[in-house]
Amino acid sequence: MEEEKRRVTWYEALGALDRRVIFLLIALAVIIPLIVHYTTTIPPSEIVTDLFDAVENLPPGSKVLMSFDYGPSTAPENQPMATAFTRHCFEKGHRIYMIALWATGPRQSQELIEDVVEGEFEGKVHGEHYIHLGYKAGNQGLINALLSDFKSMYTTDLAGVDIESFPMMEGIDDLRDFDIILAIGSGFPGTKEWVQFAGDPGDIPVGGGTTAVMAPLLYPYYPKQMLGFLGGLQGAAEYEAALMDHYPKYRDMSRAASTSMGPQVTAHLVIVGFILIGNLTYLMEKRKKRKF
Amino acid sequence: MEDTPILASQLAETISLWIGALLTLMIFSFLYKDNPAYKFAEHLFVGVSAAYWMTVGFWTTLIPNLMARLFPSHMGRVFPVAVGNDPEYFYIVPLVLGILLLMRLYTRLAWLSRWAMAFIIGFAAGTNFTRYLQSDFVTQIHSTMIPLYEPGGSVASTVGQTFSTLVVVIGVICALIYFYFSKPHTGAFGKAARVGIWVLMAAFGASFGYTVMARVSLLTGRMSFLIRWVQSIF
Repeated sequence: MEEEKRRVTWYEALGALDRRVIFLLIALAVIIPLIVHYTTTIPPSEIVTDLFDAVENLPPGSKVLMSFDYGPSTAPENQPMATAFTRHCFEKGHRIYMIALWATGPRQSQELIEDVVEGEFEGKVHGEHYIHLGYKAGNQGLINALLSDFKSMYTTDLAGVDIESFPMMEGIDDLRDFDIILAIGSGFPGTKEWVQFAGDPGDIPVGGGTTAVMAPLLYPYYPKQMLGFLGGLQGAAEYEAALMDHYPKYRDMSRAASTSMGPQVTAHLVIVGFILIGNLTYLMEKRKKRKF
Repeated sequence: MEDTPILASQLAETISLWIGALLTLMIFSFLYKDNPAYKFAEHLFVGVSAAYWMTVGFWTTLIPNLMARLFPSHMGRVFPVAVGNDPEYFYIVPLVLGILLLMRLYTRLAWLSRWAMAFIIGFAAGTNFTRYLQSDFVTQIHSTMIPLYEPGGSVASTVGQTFSTLVVVIGVICALIYFYFSKPHTGAFGKAARVGIWVLMAAFGASFGYTVMARVSLLTGRMSFLIRWVQSIF
């Protein structure tokens, strides 16, 4: 018996679209803006401006603890944050103390030192203007211990040199001796734990940046428990914009977050387009079923 | 002769670029369909990650924070800073707990690991309880108690501020009502619960939007890397 051939409607064809076509379009939406260097400038929001102002208003020589709680998997989001914070801190003459709650963090801070500190701030000396202390295990337990005695956990820098031999470690007994904590994180343990285990009990100003996935979890802490924070790549791009406004020389320098915002815009447009198409086909199919 | 280290470093960079690019393509191949190249890259990642975390943990925590405190005079080769320090015998306690934890590997004595586990769980529960109670409960309640009207700003900013505050306060109350199941969700109570659902949906939507942004950011990072790799070839 010959089956009757049924004409496939346009919305049925769209509804049955191969997922690989969607992957391909998303890939093109990211690759093309990267090739043509399409970028967008995002004006800084209040939450980013508040953090920027907090760092800006610290007196020169302030002690900034920067925690690298992420790894290469989220570096495209987190590394531009670290770069922007470092540039800002060194422009203001602050001292940076680099630590990590993640074992993969020290590699990211090392990359930052090679690319930004040694590349752009030649006069900055390890042990005097910045120090790389590396990773320690313990998650939030480590923060707890650092809050009562910093040097019991960190006895040396990353290279194994006695911590007491560095002039910038003088006067650092616990976390309360830092003027601000900038925690850059992408999960547990990360920025949230710095608020819970250092900022709140120690009354220490905490700011930082997180991957976009983590950002919604941190909004409730602003502004009472956090000075401000950078939510994903957009937050990093906003901080870069604030940095450019105050220090125009950065307009001509690499701005990883702002550069990546172009593909972000086009990819979002494609996704929004597919959401609309998905809803449209659903409504059309529902209407057709109602007819029969 | 002086060029040799530069050439060696360039060669190392090129090799690492190729390895990274090929592994990225192997992982991306899953988007077409599951295949042996993807499986190879996945297993390699798991193995390397486990080895990396173990090695880093050993050299950055176990050696300086435990062995160097118990046996400082024997650390000459691996941790010279500790030589000359007095041994801190209190650290025998974490050493014993650590050994007990490893007993899990030996079936007959696996029960001993429960003592170390009990210590870890007790410590984590105790510290987390107090910190969560302060940061995520008491302070959050305090943060929700905000004045509806704050004089001093322009009319537009005051109206905007008051509206934002109302959204926060009504949103929190309605979301809490939705999770209150001791009373039927009918009448005014049911309407408030309905608003609570909408508030939760808005929160989930925002969270989804952020997740999309995060994933696109990571894709952009990988694509930039692949473009750099292609440029290095030509």
